[in-house]
Amino acid sequence: MEYILLIVSAIFVNNVVLSQFLGICPFMGVSNKVSTAMGMGAAVTFVMTLSSIVTFLIYKYVLAPLDIVFMQTITYILVIAALVQMVEIVLKKVSPALYQALGVFLPLITTNCTILGVTLLLIQKDFTLVQGVVYAVATAVGFALALVIFAGLRSQLELADVPEGMKGMPVAFVTAGILALAFMGFSGMV
Amino acid sequence: MTNWQIFSKGLIRENPTFVLILGMCPVLATTTAAMSGMSMGLATTFVLVLSNMVISAIARFIPDKVRIPSYIVVIASFVTVVDLLMAAYVNTPGADGGPSLYDQLGIFVPLIVVNCIVLGRAEAFASKNGVWPSFLDGLGIGLGFTLALTLLGAIREFFGAGTFFGLPVLPASMNVLVFIMAPGAFIVLGYVIALVNRLRKS
Repeated sequence: MEYILLIVSAIFVNNVVLSQFLGICPFMGVSNKVSTAMGMGAAVTFVMTLSSIVTFLIYKYVLAPLDIVFMQTITYILVIAALVQMVEIVLKKVSPALYQALGVFLPLITTNCTILGVTLLLIQKDFTLVQGVVYAVATAVGFALALVIFAGLRSQLELADVPEGMKGMPVAFVTAGILALAFMGFSGMV
Repeated sequence: MTNWQIFSKGLIRENPTFVLILGMCPVLATTTAAMSGMSMGLATTFVLVLSNMVISAIARFIPDKVRIPSYIVVIASFVTVVDLLMAAYVNTPGADGGPSLYDQLGIFVPLIVVNCIVLGRAEAFASKNGVWPSFLDGLGIGLGFTLALTLLGAIREFFGAGTFFGLPVLPASMNVLVFIMAPGAFIVLGYVIALVNRLRKS
């Protein structure tokens, strides 16, 4: 039950993009087509799961015992960058098909603040490893969900008659605002 | 480009928020009030100026292949400095017992590391220019970012809470709460960008 609440809360109630404002750049950047949005969502889920496990273990067994918690930001960003590189190399060898699908998104993920944000939040919220991983996966699913919904909305938006000054980014932001308004409806749930 | 042009381009013509649309996460998340928006902008400016200067000084010695990780380490070091400074000096709870400024900005202080503006300026400007122009570039872009965050924060605070930098302006009955919640951030930003686009064209 505890895990179900955690999952529902991370996907819908506290959606990472629409209520916590993490990962806005990919949310705006790669949401032109539903298929690319799904690819990005899958890549983020993959890297998020791995990096949350690795950074959690590093925090508990290296940073905390040595009392160098202030090195957290530097360590995490390096671990995430290295991990993304490694995932890229391994995927290329092991599963070229998956690499084809996710490859172009992987380099973008290093500077996706969702990953660093969630790995920092795990420690802040004092989760155990299992809770942390469940939370990380649910957050990534929430990210993918928001991205796919928004991509669908944007493809409709291309057909709409938008006033000259609002074309492009402005109308995309206003649409995202309305989507966020819809997600606020979940806020009483948990 | 003259020094003045390098400095001033970030303020309006190449404003990172309204024109380049970079580093959107803190723009949306920390602008619930003018004060928190401004502090976030100044923290980012601090990191931007110092990392620009250091990177422009050491760029010649860094092999091309490892330049991005090296830049990130430099940036992350300055972010840690800002984080520790803010934890030490702006960590007192507000007058009404609310969260301190440091707690309000929360996770977005360490997240300056992944702000694309900082890495973007390192790669696009500091790695190719001297220390002094890089200082001016960082300062200009940083102040442009601060300006944008303060403006958005002021708009959202005015409509959402009826205050301006904490001073009461509108009666509480006229507050539109949605402005300081998540949807308000997106909608206000969308309209301000549209307005800036219009002003730039005329």
